[in-house]
Amino acid sequence: MDQFTFTDNAKKIFLGMILIGILAIVYGVVDSDISGHRIWVSALINGWFFFGIAIIGTFFLAVNSAAQAAWGVVMQRVFEAVSLFVPIGALLLILVFLASTFHLNHIYHWMDPEAAAHDPIIAGKRAYLNLPFWWTRALIFLGVWTGITLWFRKKSLREDAEGGTKWYKKSMMMSAIFLVFFGFTSMVASWDWLMSIDVHWFSTLYGWYVFSGIWISGMVTVILLINWLKSRGYLPNVNASHIHDMGKWIFAISFLWTYLFFSQFMLIWYSNIPEEVAYFIPRMQDYTIPFWGMVMVNFVVPMLFLMSKTTKRNRKLLSIVSVIIFFGHWLDVYFLVTPGTMQNNGSVGFVELGMMIGYLGLFLFVVFRALAQAPLTVRNHPLMEESLHHHIN
Amino acid sequence: MVKEAEVRTPLILGKDITYHQITEDVCQPVEGKAGRLWWLIFSVAVVLALWGVGMIMYTIGRGIGVWGLNNTVDWAWDITNFVWWVGIGHAGTLISAVLLLFRQKWRMAINRAAEAMTIFAVIMAALFPAIHMGRIWLAYFVFPIPNQFGSLWVNFNSPLLWDVFAISTYFSISLVFWYIGLIPDFATIRDRAVKPMAKRVYSMLSFGWTGNAKAWVRFEEVSLVLAGLATPLVFSVHSIVSMDFATSVIPGWHTTIFPPYFVAGAIFSGFAMVQTLLLVVRKVLHFEHYITIQHIELMNIIIIVTGSMVGVAYLSELFISWYSGVEYESYAFINRFSGPYAWAYWIMMSCNVISPQVMWIKKLRTSLTFSFFLSIVVNTGMWFERFVIIVTSLHRDYIPSNWSMFHPTFVDIGIFLGTLGLFFTLFLGFTRVFPVLALNELKSILKSSGEAYRGKEDHHENAPSHDAAA
Repeated sequence: MDQFTFTDNAKKIFLGMILIGILAIVYGVVDSDISGHRIWVSALINGWFFFGIAIIGTFFLAVNSAAQAAWGVVMQRVFEAVSLFVPIGALLLILVFLASTFHLNHIYHWMDPEAAAHDPIIAGKRAYLNLPFWWTRALIFLGVWTGITLWFRKKSLREDAEGGTKWYKKSMMMSAIFLVFFGFTSMVASWDWLMSIDVHWFSTLYGWYVFSGIWISGMVTVILLINWLKSRGYLPNVNASHIHDMGKWIFAISFLWTYLFFSQFMLIWYSNIPEEVAYFIPRMQDYTIPFWGMVMVNFVVPMLFLMSKTTKRNRKLLSIVSVIIFFGHWLDVYFLVTPGTMQNNGSVGFVELGMMIGYLGLFLFVVFRALAQAPLTVRNHPLMEESLHHHIN
Repeated sequence: MVKEAEVRTPLILGKDITYHQITEDVCQPVEGKAGRLWWLIFSVAVVLALWGVGMIMYTIGRGIGVWGLNNTVDWAWDITNFVWWVGIGHAGTLISAVLLLFRQKWRMAINRAAEAMTIFAVIMAALFPAIHMGRIWLAYFVFPIPNQFGSLWVNFNSPLLWDVFAISTYFSISLVFWYIGLIPDFATIRDRAVKPMAKRVYSMLSFGWTGNAKAWVRFEEVSLVLAGLATPLVFSVHSIVSMDFATSVIPGWHTTIFPPYFVAGAIFSGFAMVQTLLLVVRKVLHFEHYITIQHIELMNIIIIVTGSMVGVAYLSELFISWYSGVEYESYAFINRFSGPYAWAYWIMMSCNVISPQVMWIKKLRTSLTFSFFLSIVVNTGMWFERFVIIVTSLHRDYIPSNWSMFHPTFVDIGIFLGTLGLFFTLFLGFTRVFPVLALNELKSILKSSGEAYRGKEDHHENAPSHDAAA
């Protein structure tokens, strides 16, 4: 059972999900009450959410490789498959950026040539927020991230075929390069693509906060895929200890995310400076229950359920918690984008849900195809033996 | 337990290292006599410590007016030293707790000394807020005490109070963690002791440890539980220290990245201090088999990673201060890198951001001399980071007629040198009476990660069926 088959049934389901997404877009276009803007807002939310999940696949591969961690080796192919959505995710983000540039939506107010003329704050940011520079950054970031992701996959397949420690050493080097580059650029990307929506507002912690959000979303996606594959009899080498460790990661990163949310929120709330609280006031006043609900769910659910070892080792419970966190963090991305673009008119209707289902369908289609393209266990990894015997209490 | 992959470098070097040899090597400094070099350094440290105590007495006697503080710069070296020492106190618990959770076996050679360093550094840190109170005999009012003491109650809204809780919790947990780890090692020393006095003292210290299987099981359980408790504390302490500044509305202090950036900086400076101490300990106490070049290299890698995080945080602060379009915010940073304290800013930048980057070169990060040199550079840089944050943000505030400079007096300098002396006095004392390496924990990895067992087929240890069943 080392070769995964992407069944026709699964293909049909995913294509059906994509169709729902397309229907949601068509519905949005046809219904004159719904502005095209709302569709693009949804495209940015889902585009960032699923792209973020994918790039975390690459990030985690790089972390494991740079830290010479053995335990993840038996799951490496799942992380790779998730990361292979990066190129498509990047294209979907570029689509939103193009639409914003050509004023098909009004996500980035500063892109409006009139904006700077009437707004001295935006005018002051012109040296950084201008289309040529902004696009250069976006294309370099997305290009390099995609390139390194594809390199990791190529290396992994070459290692299967050739053996030896050559690729192991090379990937340690590439991982270090990627981590340095990603560590800096992920922060800048979050300023460019998300923070500049609320163009007057600024927060130095924003980049790390956004990063911790995609990190947890990526990890729960991987654990859900692993649990599903195991329930189908795949991945026999992934034992309870591997699952336990994945559970620990989810527990830990949920705390990290909460810690960063709290740090950013509390410092702004405590100082109560008008320029800064302007970000949280709409979120707290117009979206009170969903906003605080999102924070509580993303903190309390993993804390309560994943505290005990039993849950972390129980695939069913771990999956339930992961699904809750998955939607919880989708909602987090929703609140990164919506209040700045839709003001207090944001809603979750057929357009939003349908588009999320469509993006999810596409994401799963790509990931499943990638899973089927190579054996589910890597061969010839020098740390394989350690990973197979991974055992913790 | 399965043998480690061949691609890994052994953690315990030496083909003839046995369990007994580990005991001999670790107990030798405790059982033997101190050398001349030790006495020399110890005497210097004691003299400095006494000088510091004298300066503290002088401060308490005359009031904090003897420091260089003025109306504008009302926090300076005292809080700089406080934050610097607390930061240093982060590495020990990170090594013992976080690296334990990550099952990093290399931590076992360095955790004991690093935890000792943590405890001593936190004591040094706690000294500064205490003497800064002026009337230290009323220090108990920092705790929420019953109304019988008077109706004055602590201000729960103040981050300074959160500091009291965070640091005292951190100190207690670190102490307990350190002590629990010491118990089996004290028992080993007790069992070997020949002098009746030593035997009696180490029996008391080892709490009647017998070393049976049940005791070990509980030992490991407790270590894990404490690691779970200590990990959030590693984050919380320096986050809360950062909130002393970040909850204010002073440009240069109020910025949201402060909590995680202070934590990264603390780990950065803590590892630099561990590096400084262990490179000397390794040489003087002959621990080359246990604290290997690989250990030094891994610590250097942690220094690069955390140093780069600190660098990213500096740059993002600088960028956002411009991006914000807030005049005061931008000025605070322009003043930092081009104002009268620019020299301090550039010392900070070159020591903390630029110099650790040379560690990308493998030759340098595996060189002992260079690692020692760089660890001193980082320690210096991190002191200046706190000085820059505190003094340059204060010395030019909203009203230009209030602008002033800070000039340290001999008392400021004396107290700082005194804490260095006291710290080294304690640490040097530790190396003579405590087992400096966690000898019983080291034994647990000898077979899986020791060079002596490399390549030897050991069927009992290597049986995979046991793990597969689990």
